[in-house]
Amino acid sequence: MINAIINGIQIQVEQGTTILDAAKKANIKIPTLCKHPDLDPTAACGICIVKIKGSDKMARSCCTEIEEGMDITTHDAEITAIRRTVLELILSNHPNACLTCIRNQNCELQSIAAEFGIAEEPFEKILSEEKIDESIKTIVLEPEKCIKCGRCVQACQDMQNVWALSFVNRGIKTKIAPAAEFKLAESPCVSCGQCSAYCPVGSIYEYDETSTVWNALNDPSKYCVAQIAPAVRVAIGESFGMESGELATGKLYSLLKRMGFKAVFDTNFGADVTIVEEATEFVKRLRGGEGILPLISSCCPGWVDFMEKFHSDMIPNFSTCKSPHEILATLAKTYYAQKTNIPASDIFMASIMPCIAKKFEVHRSKEMYASGNQDVDVSITTRELVKMIKQTGIDFAALTDSEPDHILADYSGGGTIFGVTGGVMEAGLRTINYLITGKNLEKFDLKDVRGLKGVKEADIRIGEHDLKVAVAHGLGNVEYLMNKIRAARETGQNPPYHFIEAMACPGGCIGGGGQPRNVNDAVRNLRINGLYADDKNCKHRNCHDNPQIKQLYKEFLGEPGGTKSQELLHLYYRKREEYKSYRETDFLF
Amino acid sequence: MFENITCIKIGMSSCGVAAGAEELYQQLSAVIKEKKLPVELKKVGCLGICYAEPLIEVKTGDNPAVIYRNVNIETALEILENKIPSELVIDEDLEIKNQKRIVLKNCGKIDPEKIEDYIQNKGYQAIKKAILELKEEKIIEEIKKSGLRGRGGAGYPTWLKWKATKEVISLNNDGKFVICNGDEGDPGAYMDRSILEGDPHSVIEGMMIAGFATGAAKGFFYIRAEYPLAVDRVQKAIDQCYDRNLLGEKIHGSDFNFDLEIRLGAGAFVCGEETALISSIEGKRGYPRPRPPFPSIKGLWDKPTVINNVETLANTPYIILNGGDEYAKTGTDKSKGTKVFALTGKVKKPGLIEVPMGTTLRTVIEEIGGGIQGNKKFKAVQTGGPSGGIIPEKYLDTPISYESLQELGSIMGSGGMIVMDEDDCAVDIAKFFTKFCVDESCGKCAPCRIGTIQTLKILEKLTNGEGAPEDIDKLKTICHSMEKASLCGLGQTAPKPVLSSIRYFEDEYLEHIKEKTCRAGKCSFLKQESVEK
Repeated sequence: MINAIINGIQIQVEQGTTILDAAKKANIKIPTLCKHPDLDPTAACGICIVKIKGSDKMARSCCTEIEEGMDITTHDAEITAIRRTVLELILSNHPNACLTCIRNQNCELQSIAAEFGIAEEPFEKILSEEKIDESIKTIVLEPEKCIKCGRCVQACQDMQNVWALSFVNRGIKTKIAPAAEFKLAESPCVSCGQCSAYCPVGSIYEYDETSTVWNALNDPSKYCVAQIAPAVRVAIGESFGMESGELATGKLYSLLKRMGFKAVFDTNFGADVTIVEEATEFVKRLRGGEGILPLISSCCPGWVDFMEKFHSDMIPNFSTCKSPHEILATLAKTYYAQKTNIPASDIFMASIMPCIAKKFEVHRSKEMYASGNQDVDVSITTRELVKMIKQTGIDFAALTDSEPDHILADYSGGGTIFGVTGGVMEAGLRTINYLITGKNLEKFDLKDVRGLKGVKEADIRIGEHDLKVAVAHGLGNVEYLMNKIRAARETGQNPPYHFIEAMACPGGCIGGGGQPRNVNDAVRNLRINGLYADDKNCKHRNCHDNPQIKQLYKEFLGEPGGTKSQELLHLYYRKREEYKSYRETDFLF
Repeated sequence: MFENITCIKIGMSSCGVAAGAEELYQQLSAVIKEKKLPVELKKVGCLGICYAEPLIEVKTGDNPAVIYRNVNIETALEILENKIPSELVIDEDLEIKNQKRIVLKNCGKIDPEKIEDYIQNKGYQAIKKAILELKEEKIIEEIKKSGLRGRGGAGYPTWLKWKATKEVISLNNDGKFVICNGDEGDPGAYMDRSILEGDPHSVIEGMMIAGFATGAAKGFFYIRAEYPLAVDRVQKAIDQCYDRNLLGEKIHGSDFNFDLEIRLGAGAFVCGEETALISSIEGKRGYPRPRPPFPSIKGLWDKPTVINNVETLANTPYIILNGGDEYAKTGTDKSKGTKVFALTGKVKKPGLIEVPMGTTLRTVIEEIGGGIQGNKKFKAVQTGGPSGGIIPEKYLDTPISYESLQELGSIMGSGGMIVMDEDDCAVDIAKFFTKFCVDESCGKCAPCRIGTIQTLKILEKLTNGEGAPEDIDKLKTICHSMEKASLCGLGQTAPKPVLSSIRYFEDEYLEHIKEKTCRAGKCSFLKQESVEK
């Protein structure tokens, strides 16, 4: 333990604690603009400076570790004046566009300016003339508002290893953009959206499609239906004063009905189908049928895009199952349409997702039109739904629960944990166990694949088989597993695993790029706990036990992995170049 | 005719070449060949007498060598024919009066492309002594005794850096590095280039000593790409060392292995900042990172790394050979040894000089520099480039040391010294250096990225005649926040030219604001298009 003094207060902290964190122990808040609790300090803003006795320089508290005997001053007239000047300098390079900004009232720069009571602008306005880049139609880059904190670059490079975003140019002309003047659509960007989740201001955000939803709801010829992803229900409440992880499933059903959706489905149902299909596929491969091992999960579209760009040699390992919301949408426009006699072409499917990459997925290839129409008409993020809720005047937190349209909504515990890292693996193994042994697992909870460790490995014996599985979240971690598989393949060794779950976002979908911001591991854990609690409370823990799923196969699909499933619920992959702009039609036929 | 002349040396560093030395060399070489003259024609580095390039030094028999200035092929042929153009003779004693050459002792004397020349002048004796006699502890002890401090400008004691790296326990020597910082970038500074071009082996030997003392087995030269001749000569020198097993494995029969490679800087001033330089070698964008951890503990690829400036390293062979105590005899109490300066600007005799620490600014400017050109009045001297300040006449008798220059609001810096006369405007000077920092700010941290451009905007207002009374306070406010809140040395020192010019020439600032006049006649007070948007 380290003993030090902050503003005259004696504190004791663990070695390696930064001054910024140590100050919190003394109930002192040192202001900062660039430091995010989840990321390494970038040391960019210069606002968190403090004085250390014995040094005439000031230190950045975000990245200076406290040392034994340090005597630190975090606030005095000089420090505050310097902080104010630095803030005024930052504001001189930022437009006064708060009223029309996507981050109005939810902006870290706005908040800190308010805290400092900035009342005038002493310096000349110097604004970037870089144009907005909305080429990729999933993420929007608005360079004029960027404060160059570098969080997005850290997320894109260090966390995700995508390197779509980097610092370009220098000095006042510094911008964050793809290298070599490429547009985002031509860059390696996989639309995971982590950049937008970390942006403190309105410089990177999701491509807003709320008006598409409003227009559809206003169109009497449309039969609007919606589905909600597992991770949305444990995060959306944060925007309405609820606790992280507090389950809002029933409120969401009520809300969507009130907003005018004719039917409300649950993506968790789609997840149950995914597992039944994927487990069937796995068992087939395990028993020496078509396809190779390890089987790699394919339900995360950011990961799929990343794989097609950087790891296309893994295509043969990929599960051909579509992601749950695509499966559900296809079923809505076939199975549900048939049962209700509503023409599929009238159905407008809105997916409410924690995810930004799904905006790309909905038209990524011809299989996304399996019903004969575009299966998902629009995919909006949790954040976009929050925005819509605020426009409806509905008091979300006060809503009472209601029922969804059960035929495509009832779900098992295995379906709901799709939203967390390790959940697909756990749900998959529950069903794989059933398919191999004919029995359900005695203990459903597979603790080894749970939690926030970047790469998790587990050994499990199912029937005759000793299975090795691995789970990774965050594309940097996923890449580690891919390299391991590749190394084994190239040296002629047996594959190190049988089954791999990969998720682009840290924590899985609960940490998705389209979720409410200000996420750190504590928040992730609360959301994760919320979904595991939901799992525990489900009547059926196994996807294959869901009565609605059984009915679906009986009435409509036939066998899992059968002809109809293959036709409607599976997809194929191909290599994409890292720096190339694809037209939307390139993969359609 | 042609009698007696045994050796002709031609100063062929970049500045000599730019003045025509290469052409002169080719022509002389052809004549000597054609006439089969027994004259050794030698390329040498910078003689330091920059105002008189191209220079040749002629040795006849046993007589002392004679240096001729501003030589062209006609005068060179005359010299060959013993028609000595006496008006071109330079009195070398006069030139190096007041100077002491430790770092530059071989510059202009030996052929930098010939390792034999270096070896004949006690070259590679220091590393031999270090390995065979002194051992690691003793080396650092000698460097400590010498009082050598970083010549890149900040003046951190060299032995402390070395000791820190040495003390990090490493299982094998692959885990530590030595870096030579040759990313010289201050406007008007060319000390490091001249050393690398004129005596590259002395720097290589310095790196080897640092490597041996700290347990590093790998070194990198980081040289800016705009120095092609320096790069070429250093590469040749490295190759020659490998040929003679002075680099590579089991050097001098010991267990000491040392490899050297060159990395080129790609034109960013900030890469002279050590952590940005390290990022650049790692293949990343040249962005500085916070210190601590210092590179001596966690540097290149997170390994302990000694990173020293060219001139610092070039001092170390002398210290090892002659002892730290001997070195410490030169200099002041806290600033030991000599310092190389690139003396430029309005002096009569600009040049590359090396003076003992403690020499006064007046001696440098009036004695060595020959005073101000055209009988103009001295105004100020700028030291330390864009990170330094300007010093007015009343402080000319200050002895040069790290501390004294800092007290005056400037810094020692790497050794640029720009002399200004009454035709120079204090505001305009501040604007020039600020513009440099605007262009070279890496953009990582807000105080520097935005502070520099806002400073420039205000200075432009002043020189355009649009200054307001509150502008001086605004400048001071921005500068103060940049000094305290910038991440690296670039931003922390970028305000110095502005603050020092306000400190000593506030009356000129006020003239620009209130009377819209510039006593130096530099500022036109016409609104110009802003240089930076």
